Amino acid sequence: MLYARLIVMRLLKAVVVLFLIVIFNFFLIQMAPGDPAAILAGEAGATDEEFLRQLRERFGLDQPIYVQLWRYVSGIAMLDFGWSYRQGMPVLDLILARLPATLLLTGTAFVLSLALGIVAGSMAAARVKKPSGSIIMALALLFYATPLFWVALMAVVLFSVFLGWLPAYGMYTVGAGHTGFALVLDVAKHLILPATTLALFFMAIYTRMTRASMLEASQQDYVKTARAKGLAPGVIQRRHILRNALLPIITLAGLQAGQMVGGAILTETVFAWPGIGRLMFEALQQRDYNLLLGIFFFSAALVIVFNIITDLVYRLADPRIKEAS
Amino acid sequence: MMKMTPLAAAIAALAFTSSFAVADEPRSGGTINTIIQPEPPGLVLGMIQNDPTRKVAGNIYEGLLRYTTDLEPIPQLAESWEVSDDGLVYTFHLREGVLWHDGEPFTAADVVFSADEFHRELNPSARAVLQHVESIEAEDDHTVVFTLSEPFGPFLLSFEAGTFTMVPKHLYEGTDFRDNEHNSHPIGTGPFKFHNWDRGTVIELVRFDDYYEEDLPYLDGINWHVIPDGASRAVAYENGTVDVLPNGTVENFDIPRLTAMDNTCVTEEGHEYFSPFAMLWMNNREGPTADKRFRQAVMYAMDREFARDVLWNGLGEVPLSSFGSNARFRHDGLDPYDHNPDRARELLEEMGYDNEEVRLLPLPYGETWTRWAEAVQQNLREVGINVRTQSTDVGGWNQRLSEWDYDLAFTFLFQYGDPALGITRSYLSDNIERGSPWNNVGGYENERVDELFNEAATAFPDEEREALYHEAQEIIHEDVPVGWLLELGFPTIYRCDVQDLVTSGVGVNDGFRDAWLDR
Repeated sequence: MLYARLIVMRLLKAVVVLFLIVIFNFFLIQMAPGDPAAILAGEAGATDEEFLRQLRERFGLDQPIYVQLWRYVSGIAMLDFGWSYRQGMPVLDLILARLPATLLLTGTAFVLSLALGIVAGSMAAARVKKPSGSIIMALALLFYATPLFWVALMAVVLFSVFLGWLPAYGMYTVGAGHTGFALVLDVAKHLILPATTLALFFMAIYTRMTRASMLEASQQDYVKTARAKGLAPGVIQRRHILRNALLPIITLAGLQAGQMVGGAILTETVFAWPGIGRLMFEALQQRDYNLLLGIFFFSAALVIVFNIITDLVYRLADPRIKEAS
Repeated sequence: MMKMTPLAAAIAALAFTSSFAVADEPRSGGTINTIIQPEPPGLVLGMIQNDPTRKVAGNIYEGLLRYTTDLEPIPQLAESWEVSDDGLVYTFHLREGVLWHDGEPFTAADVVFSADEFHRELNPSARAVLQHVESIEAEDDHTVVFTLSEPFGPFLLSFEAGTFTMVPKHLYEGTDFRDNEHNSHPIGTGPFKFHNWDRGTVIELVRFDDYYEEDLPYLDGINWHVIPDGASRAVAYENGTVDVLPNGTVENFDIPRLTAMDNTCVTEEGHEYFSPFAMLWMNNREGPTADKRFRQAVMYAMDREFARDVLWNGLGEVPLSSFGSNARFRHDGLDPYDHNPDRARELLEEMGYDNEEVRLLPLPYGETWTRWAEAVQQNLREVGINVRTQSTDVGGWNQRLSEWDYDLAFTFLFQYGDPALGITRSYLSDNIERGSPWNNVGGYENERVDELFNEAATAFPDEEREALYHEAQEIIHEDVPVGWLLELGFPTIYRCDVQDLVTSGVGVNDGFRDAWLDR
């Protein structure tokens, strides 16, 4: 019951927040210099007044701003995200076509970074004064501090160019015509480099955070009690320390999950992964207003959804939170 | 004394040897992998004329004529043509037995529809030519007659596939062209037909089996890979995934590394029709750039050879003046603006330049252009010009030029073979109009130049045009309405066993028609 009420309240708030985000984004985009008609005309290398007029009329850009805003908001209310000026396709179709690729990449990276990060962090916490613990932390610091695009490029140079083990870019082998299991295998091979690259940064953060909060939890009285009871060290690590150290990790995981739609621009660009991040970056450069707003909308909605999920997971991990609210 | 960098020398050597290398008979078969950058917005060539669309769709669609690398017209969909003695009536005899990709026959009705309805409505470049055309009529199924209202010298240069694409009447007539359902599956008469477009990944074209040229094309298909990152594109060539890198796919500083690879050839041919010409817009309306002496000083201050040799790896040519080396009616007798900082300082002193700040707008097309702007900034500072670089993206660059909100700005323009098509548009005063970065953005106004250029466009025959163009070039050369930076060399990098890749003056766009794999 309590959950149901909480979810309804949060969803109502979410609608208001989304509405404000749509309006804010709309004006933000209008402030960028140049409009889609000018960019399209610019690319053509030749243009005349008639050409620009036709395009603006077609896109509705010749209307006053408030009319354009009204058209956009009323469209969104009916889940009509409009038309991409540049690609000549409905925005929703474009986003839905790219969404699976992005979710596959960011989802894999999410699971990978969370699992490895927690394991590495726990190991580092258990080996706090040993060299092995320091090595884990040094690696984590290195991955945390290295720019993503550089790691990506170096991974390509090493694994694709020198060793030739993995494909350098793309999502599948063009022209190979794989189907069924062969296709799954092919995509998996293409996924390894980008997903690992993307996971490294968050893995480093999870490692550092898990270690820090586990060390803090291990100083608590209940841990001393558990030791005094004579519990095995492994059980104390997992059930008493790790569980209590999870809250900040959940917060961070919620943040990372919220970025799953638009958070992989660099990785998608370097590895030519056909996802939403690239679509967004291109739409920005081309001032493809509707497409950009549509992607912003999806990202914002996803952040809100994951915030709600994070709140629920808190309650599962720490029952005290339920009583407090 | 012409300096040659190792790369330029290698290209010259390759050009020399390649004429002996082609001894084998062409072989059929094989699919070629190449790159398209950036991903085009669509593939209907009559509707979109930007560079990536031309590159891919130039293999799907055709025009009435092709052009040799010397820009002489050769047959494509038109088998032969006649021009009347007064230069007013152009009669084209169409090839028979040509089919659209959906199996319908191509006839004179398609030509009339394409020119008179489709392009008049949608295509600004074609519109500029069509304003000289009074009527277009189909005499029979395979004869089309264009009647002009006045002679127009460059008319025969306007029928290239990218400018005057032939579109199928039976699919477009009576529809809203931009909303037509066939736009997602383009139908042309070219050697390759559209197969599949997986957005963000690849565009696949396959052989059109009923192509009118016996045996052509030799290739089974073309895969255009979409790879957004420059370094990754270079890797795709290095690890053998793609065999052809069209111009503009890799950054200039990667070119020497790639061309040093085994089995790798380079050609600068195949863009003679476009002859991209890099220029520096100078705002003729206000500020120091409104003074002719200041603009001349800028020309003397810039070390254009350095830019060519270092930033562009020795590719391209430093232009003498406003007309590029492929342009018709070029005046060769003008005094060059050599790199001469002392002369620049003299001119600045003479005009009393008071150190007013001048803004420089680079072209946001990648690393080479950014570095070029840095080099020019340094050149200008050396002679005492107070210059500040402003950075922006493509949208911002468009906006600044369209609104004339700049002092100095980089651009490059296609010259299209004839001055009336690609050159005079930057100097004519009736071509000054806010809202476009491609007209007379500098705001140059000179009545005599207007007269000469307008007369030359419609003068007949060519000897008369030549005299008019020469006089105009002398005035422009003295006035320096824009800075003439470089005739860009656009290299195509490819594996040497890809044969006959570039066979025309627009070869970068229609080259796969004749290409074959020697494997």
